[in-house]
Amino acid sequence: MQFWYFLTALTLLSALMVVLSKNPIHSVLYLVFTFFCISGHYVLLNAQFLMAVNIIVYAGAIMVLFLFVIMMLDLRRNMPDSKSNLTKLAGAILGGTLLVILVAVMRKTQFPQFSQMGGKFDTQTGMVENLGQVLFRDYLLPFELVSILFFVAMVGAVMLGKREAGERNF
Amino acid sequence: MVSDFGYILLFIITAVTFCAVALGGAFMLRPNRPNIEKLSTYESGEAPDGNASVRFNIRFYIIALLFVLFDVELVFLFPWATVFGNKILIEETDGVWGWFALSEMFIFIGILTLGLAYAWVKGYLDWARPVVKNSNYQSKIPASAYEKINQKY
Repeated sequence: MQFWYFLTALTLLSALMVVLSKNPIHSVLYLVFTFFCISGHYVLLNAQFLMAVNIIVYAGAIMVLFLFVIMMLDLRRNMPDSKSNLTKLAGAILGGTLLVILVAVMRKTQFPQFSQMGGKFDTQTGMVENLGQVLFRDYLLPFELVSILFFVAMVGAVMLGKREAGERNF
Repeated sequence: MVSDFGYILLFIITAVTFCAVALGGAFMLRPNRPNIEKLSTYESGEAPDGNASVRFNIRFYIIALLFVLFDVELVFLFPWATVFGNKILIEETDGVWGWFALSEMFIFIGILTLGLAYAWVKGYLDWARPVVKNSNYQSKIPASAYEKINQKY
């Protein structure tokens, strides 16, 4: 429990730094750290597969995409200078509304108690082995179809970004 | 007694402490006299031209997207690896299970490799290479003159 408080404080702090840091590259690095902290939360929740996925896909791959997007924005020309007060007000209202909605949802949600589950709560659900058993027993065809989905995504990405004849690399 | 994830936490703490001690110790010991030359970016010994935040071509994004797709594919290999060599399953099915799981995964990877092969064959992974210009300049000084100078000095 003590460790949970420490990890949560660390997560919130690094998430705040993502928003507050001026340099976009620093924001991305703080976001990576935030993802690692969230992976720590997954470990505490006994969801080890989600932890691995979070580190590999989010902290690894999605962050690479973020960095590429930052590289493609011309930061020297599009430096986010100080926003006008109207923009700040609109952002505050938007963020505040989202916060109110999230808090309301959390208050309305009825989380199932352990006694209501009839004592059938399995602590090992989040383990990789159980996922493998389920995946290869009940969801074998969807598993193979996922590869078709990847194939379509790959071909689509390649088609969209193909080089026109005579285009320069830089 | 430390749990298995406790060991990982210990490793993380050790790594952070090691870096902090090494860099902090160096920071305390070293003299700090920066000048413009020392602070400039090293660029193969040339004077740096502009900074690194230029707009890169969108084509770099394809490489990143391909990486993301293969990364997500890797995620699916984890649950497969835990059940592939499962002794109970193999014994119950008289060894068929191992071949079945292996072929399933080969189909899975094969379809993805097809996508990579498509991008490769279509030449989307190739870069436009600069054309090397051959000059037809003929030097008036014969090669033996250079040879003579090399002999002399």
